[in-house]
Amino acid sequence: MCADRKTDIGPPHHDKFLPPIIKNNYGKWKYHETPQRGVLLHVGEKGDKLWSVRAATARIASIETIRLFADIADKFSDGYLRWTSRNNVEFLITDESKVKPCIQKLEAEGYPVGGTGNGLTNIVHTQGWVHCHSAATDASGVVKALMDDLFPYYHDKELPGKVRIAFACCLNMCGAVHCSDIALLGVHRRLPAIKHDIIAKQCEIPSTVAACPTGAIRPKTVDGHQSVEVIEEQCMYCANCFTVCPAMTLNDPEMDGLSIWVGGKVSNARSEPMFSKLAIPYIPNEPPRWPTAVKAVRNIVETYAKGARKFERVGEWIERIGWPAFFDQTGIEFTKYHIDDFTHAGETFKRSAQLRH
Amino acid sequence: MTERQTPLLDELEKGPWPSFVKEIKKSRKNPMAEDLLGILERSYREKIGHWKHGGIVGVMGYGGGVIGRYTDIPEDFPNVAHFHTIRVNQPAGWFYTSDVLRKICDIWERRGSNITNMHGSTGDMVLLGTTTDQLEPIFSELTELGFDLGGSGSDLRTPSCCNGQARCEWACYDTMGACYAITQEYQDELHRPAFPYKYKNKFAGCPNDCVASVARSDLSIIGTWKDSIQIDQAAIKAHHSDINMVDDVTSRCPTGCMKWDGAKLSIDNANCVKCMHCINVLNRALAPGKERGATFLLGAKAPIVGGALLASVMVPFVPADEVVDTIKELNEAIWDDWGENGKNRERVGEYIQRIGMGNFLERIGLAPVPQMVIHPRTNPYIFFEASEEE
Ligand code: SF4
Ligand code: SF4
Ligand code: SF4
Ligand code: SF4
Repeated sequence: MCADRKTDIGPPHHDKFLPPIIKNNYGKWKYHETPQRGVLLHVGEKGDKLWSVRAATARIASIETIRLFADIADKFSDGYLRWTSRNNVEFLITDESKVKPCIQKLEAEGYPVGGTGNGLTNIVHTQGWVHCHSAATDASGVVKALMDDLFPYYHDKELPGKVRIAFACCLNMCGAVHCSDIALLGVHRRLPAIKHDIIAKQCEIPSTVAACPTGAIRPKTVDGHQSVEVIEEQCMYCANCFTVCPAMTLNDPEMDGLSIWVGGKVSNARSEPMFSKLAIPYIPNEPPRWPTAVKAVRNIVETYAKGARKFERVGEWIERIGWPAFFDQTGIEFTKYHIDDFTHAGETFKRSAQLRH
Repeated sequence: MTERQTPLLDELEKGPWPSFVKEIKKSRKNPMAEDLLGILERSYREKIGHWKHGGIVGVMGYGGGVIGRYTDIPEDFPNVAHFHTIRVNQPAGWFYTSDVLRKICDIWERRGSNITNMHGSTGDMVLLGTTTDQLEPIFSELTELGFDLGGSGSDLRTPSCCNGQARCEWACYDTMGACYAITQEYQDELHRPAFPYKYKNKFAGCPNDCVASVARSDLSIIGTWKDSIQIDQAAIKAHHSDINMVDDVTSRCPTGCMKWDGAKLSIDNANCVKCMHCINVLNRALAPGKERGATFLLGAKAPIVGGALLASVMVPFVPADEVVDTIKELNEAIWDDWGENGKNRERVGEYIQRIGMGNFLERIGLAPVPQMVIHPRTNPYIFFEASEEE
């Protein structure tokens, strides 16, 4: 190996990529406003002004698109751009006269500007069928169908507060979907199919047994092969076993699908961060545009839009009106699956007579 | 190569939202992208994924940063028979210049699928799909450009942060500086998995927590302040006419510590819990105090294995200029204990649940303080230590 092979150099220092206006105002910004949806104007202590134009991306980006963004940055923002934590791209503009043309160019190329303030922004999501072995559903396709349908709430229509939607295609939940206003989560519903003939070769039996959070897996000899069995009543289809052992697969075209969770948040504004809670336990996979899931999310967003007070997040709105009212107003059916039965289940039971009748 | 028909995916080119199908099609002069379209169309038809578990691939001397990926139908889609992901450690705050992006695209055009994720969930730039033989050349070209790989597996995952002081008036410490310093300090922990499971540091400049650190990081560092909220009374009057000072501001304060008398806003700062609501709404008039720093929280994770957790308070306040050193102290104390005693695939949060928070605090040398709990325990089954018998 060549002697000068570089390793462990870490990422480049961000200073290399910061526009001069940011270097000059680092830690010295005074306030910001939103002159229009999708544009943030930050004003420094000495009056310097920086316009950030925010456009949506599909998260999956072709190098052709990145080059297009580079060209747009050269033309409008002196070559400076950044991405947000929610897969939007932002162009950092110091010349106000370039803001409108930049927006026009982005929208003409199919990258709509929006996502600031009270309303929707991009959906954080995972790999799905594009690139992951665990996926109980696709991610990009559902996200695309959802955002097409809810597009006005990203682009120009306001909601009472910020609504953060997140998507994960299995319980590994790459990303913070468990604390989102609305979360879509891929679920399996079929027992692991065990490849008895090869499991002992592909996997360590003891670590496979140990991987199950409910102790549903037991070693067993099947047709002379060293293998395992799964106790059906104890299986919650979490796929922990599959993660450590490829010979136990849960993917199934008819049984896999989505669940929908609501009312989580990570910000501390007003209320403390909260988990998302189960709204709909199962919706089947309906590629290419998942109409049932899209309709379900739209229903939740619109019921929230009608009922919530200004600034209220979905979880705050539901806590104010109460969960019975949430199920009543959305028309979503409450089932036995909504009642927790895992480790800390009892903590979510209502233990008072304070009820609305 | 003739272009495949993709009638189902074509449905996802319609509508106003950016289309991932268009992104893959834009890349299709590369045969990998063409086969990716084919395999995805197959998944849409069959309602099942066609990727297998990752194999162990990587660059020499690293245990993380590359996710091996193979299809289960290579005979039909030979160009994605090997389709490995490379995680490239993003610059803090995801800032780039057009110039550096073009150089990365050039590398990826020559050596990969032309497809990326900007960015992956952990924060890395994700180069999606290449073959094993390309890994070393890509790595050497990336390092030549000043980039390095991110984390994967049971290691320190690529730290990430909000854009903090670079473009936010609310940042209470230098998130990008801290993220960079920590990433550089722990290159070995990041590249060579040696922990029981993954471990994440995320940096948010204020309690708005734009990077979801409280939900996603084993050690979450959230900016806050100690003294009084700065108020510019004159600016309140000038504030947007659509803000009602009582309905929108004072009555929404979680502790009821604000008062508006029609002309003047007063805050009982001793009872302010730094939730950010009033500052978010009156951002021209209010600002976090001047004595700034961060709250450290520990133990967040997604459900796998034992259930999801939000992080909980470890250190209520660390002054801004001590943030980086305190992260190092805590990280190292945690790794010493959990790294030794954690079970395989047990995140720190789960480890604490198993051994007990009180014991954990003793082991990492932190004193218990009331800020750590919502309220003291209600159950009387206390594990008194034998030595405390009189
Ligand atoms: S959420 Fe699950 S299926 Fe989706 S990318 Fe992550 S591990 Fe893969
Ligand atoms: S899917 Fe989960 S619960 Fe079922 S056997 Fe596997 S690890 Fe156990
Ligand atoms: S977390 Fe706070 S400081 Fe960081 S970008 Fe968000 S609002 Fe600004
Ligand atoms: S930051 Fe939150 S707790 Fe503090 S005064 Fe403002 S609204 Fe009240």
